[in-house]
Amino acid sequence: MLEASLTKKLWHFTLDVHLKVDNQILILLGPSGSGKTTILHLLAGLSKPNEGLIKINDRILYSSGKKLNISPQSRNIGYLFQDYALFPHMTVRQNVFYGLKSKSHKQDRAAMDPVELLHSFGVGHLVDRHPGQLSGGEKQRVALARALVVRPQLLLLDEPFSALDRNTRISLRHEVKKLHKHWQIPFILVTHDEEDAQFLGDITVSLEKGRSMDGSLNVVSCN
Amino acid sequence: MMFVQQIDWYPVILSVRVAIIATIVVTCLGVPLTRLLARREFYGKDVLEAAITLPLVLPPSVVGYGLLMLIGKNGLLGKALADVGITLVFSWWAAVLASTAVAFPLMYQSAKAAFKSVDVNFEKVARTLGASEVRIFFTITLPLAWPGILAGLVLTFARALGEFGATLMVAGNIPGQTQTIPTAIYFAVQSGNNAMARTLVGIITVFSFLVIFWVNRWAKKQSY
Repeated sequence: MLEASLTKKLWHFTLDVHLKVDNQILILLGPSGSGKTTILHLLAGLSKPNEGLIKINDRILYSSGKKLNISPQSRNIGYLFQDYALFPHMTVRQNVFYGLKSKSHKQDRAAMDPVELLHSFGVGHLVDRHPGQLSGGEKQRVALARALVVRPQLLLLDEPFSALDRNTRISLRHEVKKLHKHWQIPFILVTHDEEDAQFLGDITVSLEKGRSMDGSLNVVSCN
Repeated sequence: MMFVQQIDWYPVILSVRVAIIATIVVTCLGVPLTRLLARREFYGKDVLEAAITLPLVLPPSVVGYGLLMLIGKNGLLGKALADVGITLVFSWWAAVLASTAVAFPLMYQSAKAAFKSVDVNFEKVARTLGASEVRIFFTITLPLAWPGILAGLVLTFARALGEFGATLMVAGNIPGQTQTIPTAIYFAVQSGNNAMARTLVGIITVFSFLVIFWVNRWAKKQSY
């Protein structure tokens, strides 16, 4: 369960976000410049809100009232970047193992076998390749595996299908849905494609300049 | 063998030694400094950057004069060092200092461009994977910026090897002590020793060419 209530002043408008997501897929739908990626950055701790509160399963990650701001390193939030951001100088194997070698995850017994995870995504045979030798769909699967290996409590996906052709897009949509069922954590997926939203979204929020179409961005979900 | 025996190898050895030490100093100071400045905006940054780049465009004699004011007998640093019994001027360490000052902007410019070329998303995603900032620098930023930094290293080395003006002013031209290849060539020509000048010109040209050639070939193989 993720609860977030944040404000962030951007140069042309103020972002005002209130989210409450169970183990569901929340879709943030909106044109570029509407603050979608900023919301993901705020949740992951990659940029700092002006004020508010972020809580995952009763663990406070950010609280302006308590002057608490957990670093992105310790938040345990998976983040799939739009261009996947696979480290180009490392092999697929090194990419997927990267998170496991971090201090905060070293003793974590819950972490999973990365190679097994790659196999379950159908890219196990690519472990010794470099990202430059992969197709778009393969890159996305590897990036997903890298993000999930450390067992995050929340997965953020920034325009995960925008760089893919139509067929790959459709098959990966199914995979993300399956993945979500399997992992049972909240997913927040940013997109500007309404088909993505309809197919994947348990809840969909349309954004316009940091506000949802129907007033303030206020999402309270119930099962 | 006749050809090798008739020249004095001291300037060659000293030049290489000075260039290597200057390159190490410039790298150890320049790379961390550049990284600190690269993604940070603060008041006065433009002024600082202009000051760092200045030795690149100033005549080396001006840099040499500035260094004399610093480490000369009555200089700011020179006085303090003299009190503990160290004299920098007209020692070969002064040549290292001159090369360092003149070559520093080259490393700064190369490393700055190299760090800027690294996509910030790689660092961001590494943070979400739990990597500390130090680990990110050594496993992500530095390896990805490395070809550009290496280019800076080569430029620094080549510039330090060829440093003439500033070196002459602060280290002088004492044969067997502070005489480097460039100063030796100048004074060999002045005194009509054309054979000596020709040999040293040949050595420094071939050596510099080989270094640049090798590094360019290496950098070509490193692109992702």
